[in-house]
Amino acid sequence: MNSPKFVYVTYIAITPEKLWSALTQGKFTEQYWFGTALETTWAPGSAIKFKRGNDLIVSGKVIESKPYTRLSYTWVHEKDAQFRNEKPSQVSFEMEQSGETVKLTVTHDEFEVGSKVFGMISNGWPMVLASLKSLLETGRALTVAKPECGQSLSETTAASVRGAA
Amino acid sequence: MDKVFKALADASRRKLLDRLHAENGQTLNELCQRLDMTRQAVSKHLALLEDANLVATVRRGREKLHYLNPVPINEIAERWIGKYERPQVQALAELKRNLEKSS
Repeated sequence: MNSPKFVYVTYIAITPEKLWSALTQGKFTEQYWFGTALETTWAPGSAIKFKRGNDLIVSGKVIESKPYTRLSYTWVHEKDAQFRNEKPSQVSFEMEQSGETVKLTVTHDEFEVGSKVFGMISNGWPMVLASLKSLLETGRALTVAKPECGQSLSETTAASVRGAA
Repeated sequence: MDKVFKALADASRRKLLDRLHAENGQTLNELCQRLDMTRQAVSKHLALLEDANLVATVRRGREKLHYLNPVPINEIAERWIGKYERPQVQALAELKRNLEKSS
């Protein structure tokens, strides 16, 4: 059958412009994405990096960047050799005005068969999206403990401590 | 949030979510197989689950694929499970699972 694929949907009471900023600027991602700040120029084909402090967590290439509508990039998890050696997967964000809210659809697919990254991100996305929604609607990100590569569930990242401040 | 609780307050709908949890991205036909529900009932339940945002759909040609969307459930959990309680709650859930498995 098809390679595994995630589709996540959340409705956020915010303008598409503000949601776009939250998805594309490192100073925002750092607040709701377990403390990881993204770096890229958003030109198609250019590199994208997600860093937590000096640690490179995820790298990839920008595929598409269409303001307030669509964003997509490839995804290689860099933290561990077992993840790093998998072929790049692909993340897409689609934004659509829906009444007073914006419908945000996140898809993550193109995983290789038996992907270990797939298992890991399935825990991460719902938390990242709930935290994004909370930040945009209430001004406060969620302080969630990130399950680090599916092992230490009790580990609280420095980011969540920062977020609580 | 009312919609989410209403959608979850039905065993057939929870079963459909379980089926998607086991295998994500199924068509209506696939979901109807091996279930004691009529196609109309499954279709109705899916519409309700989609309305509550517990199921997300993607069109692939003429087919509609259904995906479990855990984001609203996560929002509920985040609302009542305190940020510092999470590890304890997870440890308890794990303990319960292990004990029930071994008995």
